[in-house]
Amino acid sequence: MNTQMKTAGTSTPDARPAIQVAGVNKWYGGFQVLKGIDLTVNKGQRIVICGPSGSGKSTLIRCMNRLEVHQEGSIIVNGITLTNQLKRIDRVRSDVGMVFQHFNLFPHLTVLENCTVAQRWVRKLPKKQATEIAMTYLERVHIPEKADKYPGQLSGGQQQRVAIARALCMNPSIMLFDEPTSALDPEMVKEVLDTMISLAADGMTMVCVTHEMNFAREVASEVVFMDGGQIIERNRPDILFSAPQHERTKRFLGKLLH
Amino acid sequence: MFQFDLFLQAIFSAPLFKGALLTIGLSLCVMGVSLVLGMGLGSVASSPRPAVRWLVTLYVWLFRGAPALLVLLFVWNGLPQISEVFRAGWFTPFVAAFLALSLIQIAYLAEILRSAFAAVGRGQQEGAAALGMHRWQIFVVITMPQALRIAVPALMNEFISLLKTTSLATVISLKELMTVSQFAIATSFRFLEWYGAALVYYLVIVSVLTLAQNRIEHFLARGYR
Repeated sequence: MNTQMKTAGTSTPDARPAIQVAGVNKWYGGFQVLKGIDLTVNKGQRIVICGPSGSGKSTLIRCMNRLEVHQEGSIIVNGITLTNQLKRIDRVRSDVGMVFQHFNLFPHLTVLENCTVAQRWVRKLPKKQATEIAMTYLERVHIPEKADKYPGQLSGGQQQRVAIARALCMNPSIMLFDEPTSALDPEMVKEVLDTMISLAADGMTMVCVTHEMNFAREVASEVVFMDGGQIIERNRPDILFSAPQHERTKRFLGKLLH
Repeated sequence: MFQFDLFLQAIFSAPLFKGALLTIGLSLCVMGVSLVLGMGLGSVASSPRPAVRWLVTLYVWLFRGAPALLVLLFVWNGLPQISEVFRAGWFTPFVAAFLALSLIQIAYLAEILRSAFAAVGRGQQEGAAALGMHRWQIFVVITMPQALRIAVPALMNEFISLLKTTSLATVISLKELMTVSQFAIATSFRFLEWYGAALVYYLVIVSVLTLAQNRIEHFLARGYR
């Protein structure tokens, strides 16, 4: 883990962590979904969060760009503390891309428009420039030829790659992935994972909720195991997978790997 | 018996044509205003603030419950009794009909649009919000076009229904299609020919609207085919 942090440190002179979550508690009504979460993500790190359903992993990642509001503790993204202030939320979201389980592409817009709409409305870029940027990233995810199609005309794997391109068009320094392959047919998982692996190779800071253990093994700097709203255990993937410390982690991994 | 040449004469007569224009004009004005305000009402119908939700519910309850004829008469005869303002020259039958029918139409459209907005998944708003888009941008660019696609058939239904409801404005002597037909009948006693001519006008207008609906649905359904 130390070597990881060092490489991250040398590649970016700014030593501020990308995301700092400290003492975060969150309730849905009377039910506590997050319990005292502390998690630091350094620049260039790739964190994989796993855990059983209902463990709070999706809620945690959604708190990182304020799609969910936490009640206690602090979340600092690139030095900006997330509060109800719209300005802060805007600045964080302009630097954090997100990919969802169900893609959340806009069905009434073409693939190209999906990639340009936020550039036009948020960044206020002229159409030509936004289109050029969009095409660059559509090429990056290997589907420039689908630019004029609508999301409904694409396979699940293609849609998710468009969703990744759409997020990248905003030039984020951090990418959040919320179970990006869970809604895909098995034969389409690979094309999405390959895209994510190539992002990781470029040094993108990534936080990824996923059960794809091979992906975690290959790219994660650290794997975080959550259960019952708490972080139970975190470690380098090779260590966590081969020698989990906690009973709950062992049980979860046991189920996942068999 | 039915005199075909009189029927043709009626169809091409200036009063009936003007009456039809008034019917169309009134319907378009009411629909336009009701769409905007109904959309506003429909989008705050699921507001987190209970007072707002309660007000919307109250409004819809009142103007969906009241018969159009009653609201028309209330506005035309009742409002001047309430205030001097409504006794001035600007308060014509057209203005009164516009006001009364809009009040009702807003309530109906608010209901249709509320459910249409609810049908656009929460994920759409989240996807746009994660890209940094603001609430009104998300509403205009993402939510509204999708909600309209869902609502168009119901909205067209309401528009056609409204077009025919304008005929009730004959009771406040607005010179729309039915009123001018009645006038013509009062002097000629040719019921079949004039009612027939009025019917042709309504059917032609509704047919054009139905064609327009197909075009609009086709346009909004791009991406869903």
